[in-house]
Amino acid sequence: MSKILGSVSTSHIPSIGKAIALKLQQDAYWKPFFDGFHKVHSWIAEQKPDVVVVVYNDHGLNFFLDKMPTFAIGAAQSYATADEGWGIATIPPVAGDAKLSWAIIEGVVEDEFDVVTCQEMLIDHAVTIPLQLLWPDLLPPPVKIVPVCINTVQHPLPTAKRCLDFGKAIGRAIHAYGSNQKVMVLSTGGLSHQLDGERAGFINADFDAECLHALINTPEDLTKYSIHQLVELSGTQGLEVLNWIVGRGILGAKAEEMHRNYHIPISNTASAIQILQAV
Amino acid sequence: MTSHHSIPGTVPFGPEEAMKGYALNRMCYSFNAGECRKAFLADEEAYMAKYGLNDQQKAAIRARNVLQMIAAGGNAYYLAKLAGIFGLNMQDIGAQQTGKSVEEFKAYLQSFASKNEMVMKGGKNV
Repeated sequence: MSKILGSVSTSHIPSIGKAIALKLQQDAYWKPFFDGFHKVHSWIAEQKPDVVVVVYNDHGLNFFLDKMPTFAIGAAQSYATADEGWGIATIPPVAGDAKLSWAIIEGVVEDEFDVVTCQEMLIDHAVTIPLQLLWPDLLPPPVKIVPVCINTVQHPLPTAKRCLDFGKAIGRAIHAYGSNQKVMVLSTGGLSHQLDGERAGFINADFDAECLHALINTPEDLTKYSIHQLVELSGTQGLEVLNWIVGRGILGAKAEEMHRNYHIPISNTASAIQILQAV
Repeated sequence: MTSHHSIPGTVPFGPEEAMKGYALNRMCYSFNAGECRKAFLADEEAYMAKYGLNDQQKAAIRARNVLQMIAAGGNAYYLAKLAGIFGLNMQDIGAQQTGKSVEEFKAYLQSFASKNEMVMKGGKNV
């Protein structure tokens, strides 16, 4: 039986990639963000995960609006990165755990989540920046991944309840998988931000605090919000909190918060980091 | 579609925008490829015509006006690739859309930082 260790959730803001490339970790603007990862590094060193299930949203690298899956799961042995059009450097391909991917796919479809399966899938900065934050200077990172892509781009989006239930189904499938692997969850995106429209620059720290609190042991509290309410409360791209909700569902009923970092602003975003240990 | 009260200054990217903006977003998606970015920069008009942009979309691109691009169906995740071509970052884009200077927009973002400690300590609900 595979063991779910816990989760690390983090923002995946593109400019973090540039800061990493330029080695700005000690720069006054960036230090409050990067310092939030010291505890993440020690937690990972203790936990020694074998596989990372990465819950994220694609930003128009692998998926376009011609075919937009609500939930897609990668089932490849290797995931390549590519030019995203605005200057982020590509990194070497990241190893996949295709067997675990298929076990998760079989489990969630049995649980009536009819996902799109991807034997080829480009991973974008929403996967690669968090991996670089968790394993600095290790390219590729010393883990295999299972990418789980959530549509936060084109409405209608899956509801918060559906996302939480999807995460729970992934968790059941991992538990049922017959290996001794240690699995970690990495949820990326958010928290509150809005890039587009006259409301650009919108940030809502009170709502972010509510989300971070609810994600620990009462994630159901977030399912009362409609997608429209989530746009209003967290911004058009703050909706990426849906990735965190899926990730929380994977952990099971109980979790303990081991660490939190929150810093406004990184680019136009309220950046956040949270470690939850599965209990 | 479910009807909602509107959120000021916000256009959730739904079915109407998906249909209206398809050509514009498809062009922006092409900018993942370096040769497409070069082709656009070499001849914007020909490139926009090749992707079948309508007059509203072409005008928005010519004006480098993000709010007009959104009104023409542009999606933020795809428009970001266009911003890269024009050498604009998210603070430039935010400033343009809100009618602020870049410095004013950065100060606006910074104004939320007073809440950092509250959220770090667990928030008012804890």
